[in-house]
Amino acid sequence: MRLDKRYLVLAMAAVLVTGCSSDEKEGLGDTLGADASTSGYSDGSLSGSQFGSNGFNSASHLGPEFSDPNNPLSKQVIYFELDSSQVKQEYVSIVAAHARYLASHPKQRVILGGNADERGSSEYNIALGEQRSKSVERMMRSQGVSASQLEVVSYGEEKPVAYGHDESSWSQNRRVELGYQ
Amino acid sequence: MMLLARISITVLLASLFSVAHAAGLTIEITKGAQTAVPIAIVPFGQGGAIGNVKLSDVVSSDLGGSGFFKTLAEDDMLTKPTEAQKINFKDWQVLGQDYMVIGQVIGNGNQFNIEFQLFNVNNGGLLMGYRFTAGAHELRRAAHHISDLIYEKLTGRKGSFNTRIAYVTNAVRSQGRQYLLQVADADGFNPRTIAESPEPIMAPAWSPDGAKIAYVSFHTKRSEIYVQTLATGQRESVSAYPGINGAPAFSPDGSRLAITLSKDGSPDVYILNLSNRGLTRLTSGMSIETEPTWSPDGSTIVFTSDQGGKPQLYTIPSSGGKSSRLTFQGDYNARGRFSTDGRSLAMVTANGGDYRIAVMDMASRTVNVVSSGRLDESPSFSPNGSMVLFAAKSGPRSTLAVASTDGAVQQKLAFETGEIREPAWAP
Repeated sequence: MRLDKRYLVLAMAAVLVTGCSSDEKEGLGDTLGADASTSGYSDGSLSGSQFGSNGFNSASHLGPEFSDPNNPLSKQVIYFELDSSQVKQEYVSIVAAHARYLASHPKQRVILGGNADERGSSEYNIALGEQRSKSVERMMRSQGVSASQLEVVSYGEEKPVAYGHDESSWSQNRRVELGYQ
Repeated sequence: MMLLARISITVLLASLFSVAHAAGLTIEITKGAQTAVPIAIVPFGQGGAIGNVKLSDVVSSDLGGSGFFKTLAEDDMLTKPTEAQKINFKDWQVLGQDYMVIGQVIGNGNQFNIEFQLFNVNNGGLLMGYRFTAGAHELRRAAHHISDLIYEKLTGRKGSFNTRIAYVTNAVRSQGRQYLLQVADADGFNPRTIAESPEPIMAPAWSPDGAKIAYVSFHTKRSEIYVQTLATGQRESVSAYPGINGAPAFSPDGSRLAITLSKDGSPDVYILNLSNRGLTRLTSGMSIETEPTWSPDGSTIVFTSDQGGKPQLYTIPSSGGKSSRLTFQGDYNARGRFSTDGRSLAMVTANGGDYRIAVMDMASRTVNVVSSGRLDESPSFSPNGSMVLFAAKSGPRSTLAVASTDGAVQQKLAFETGEIREPAWAP
C-alpha cells in the first residue's frame, strides 16, 4: 500500500518537476559572465598611485615647509569629534596656514578627503565625511582660496587608518586629509 | 571545480550549533530557537559518480540554519535507510524526531537523478516525494531546491535557500589591497568576483529581477554609480556628478534608481530615470538626506535624515511631497530596507551604545532588535521575509550574519580572509 503510494507520488512529482526542471535549468544557467571577474577594474591603467592614508599627497613639488614639524603646513590631517563636522579650535590655525599658502599659490589644487569612523551605516558615514570636508572647504574659501583649487571627496568609513573597534582608532579615522595635487 | 566540503554537525542540549567548513567559509549558528522542529535528514543513497557534494549535509545545514528546524546529527542515527520500505519509524520516534527525509542520487558524470521523500515520523505518512535531474555543477543548487520544498511544505512559507547574496570584500594582491564585489549562494558558497578595484566599492543593490546590480565605485577616485548586468559582466556608469553619488536602490519596476547626490549642496535623495537619465529631486534642505529605499508598491521612499539633529528614518511619497518622521526610539536609526511584502522594515539602530539591527512592524510601528553585536550594519531581508542578513564586526574581521526576523535565531557566516561588508540578499 505504501509502496503504491510512493510510486504514485513520485510519478506525479516527475510530471510536476518536468516543468520545474526546465525552469530550474534556466535559473541554474543564469551564471555570471565568464569574463566578468577579469573585466573588472584590474587593468593596469587603474593600478597607478593610490591615495588615502598613505601617499595622499601626490605632489612632489611642495616646499620644505611641508616637512618641517614646526610648521603648521606639515600637519595635513584635521580630526573631528563624534558625529560632528565642526573644525575644532586646535585645528583652526592649521587650516588657516594651508588657506594662506593656497591663496598665495592659486595654481595649487588640494583634495579634501573626508572620512568617518566605522560606527553606523556606510552611506550615512559618506555624508558625514563630506560635511567634514565641506567645513574645511568653507573655512578655506572664507580666507581667500578659490573654489577651483579645492575638491571635496568623501570616503566615509571605507578608508580607515586605524583598524581597532574602540575610541583610540575611531578618533584617528574621523578626519579630513588635505591631499596636495 | 567542486568544493571540497566537510561538514560536521553537533547537537548540544536544546540549542543548535552547526558548523560547516568549505573554501574558507564557516557557518555557525550562534543562537538557536527553543521551539525548533526536530527533523532527520538521512544521508542519501548514492550510485555512480556523484562528486564531492553531500546533498543531505547541504539540506541539513539549510534547514538547521533557518532556525525553524533542529536537525539530527548523522552519528546519532540508528539506521540510515535510503528506501521507504526500509524505514522503521519507531527508531526515529525514539530519537524524538517529528519528520525525516530520505533520498537517492544517481550520477553518470554529466547528470544526476535525484529523488527524495519527506515523512511524518509519528504516523509514517508520506508528505512529499520528488524526483528531478540536475547538471554536473548544480548539485548544491539541487540541494537548496530540496530545502526550499521541505521548508515550504512544513512551514507554509516559501524557502529562500536557492538564492544569492552580493557583498563587498577585499583581497591583498601584488598591486596592493583590492576591493571585490562578489556574488555567492545564500549560504556563502560559490563566490564569484563581478568587479574589482584598488579603490572602495560600496552599496550593492539588486534589480528586482535579480539580473543587475547597482553599486558605487571610487575607482576614478571619486564616487560613481554603476549598473552591471550579471550575465554579461557589462557595466554602465549612470551617475557621476560632483560630490556624492551614493546609496542606489532600484524601484520595484526596475526602471528608476533612488540615489543620493550632493551636487546641489548637502546630500539629498533623487530619483534617476534609467532610460533617459532624467533626475527628480525628492528632498531638500541643509541636513543630510540619504539611504533611500522603496516600499514594494513603489509609492513610498524611506530615507535617513539628520534634520532633527540625529539620524532618523523618514518617509516621503516617491512622487514627491512632504516627508514625515518614522522612527522615534533611540538616538540613531538609519538605512531602512523593506521586506518583500512591505510589512516590515529592517534598520540599523543605536541608543548611545551598540549598533544593532532592528525590524519595525509597519502597521503597529513596534520595533524589535534582532541582532546582538556591537557594530552591526547593512540589513537586508531574505526573499521570503523570514530572515535578515547583515554585516557584523567582531574582533579584527567583519563577517556576515543572519538573524530571524523575530530575533530567535542568529547565524554567522565567517570567511577566513578579508572583511565582508555591505551584504545584499537577491530578490
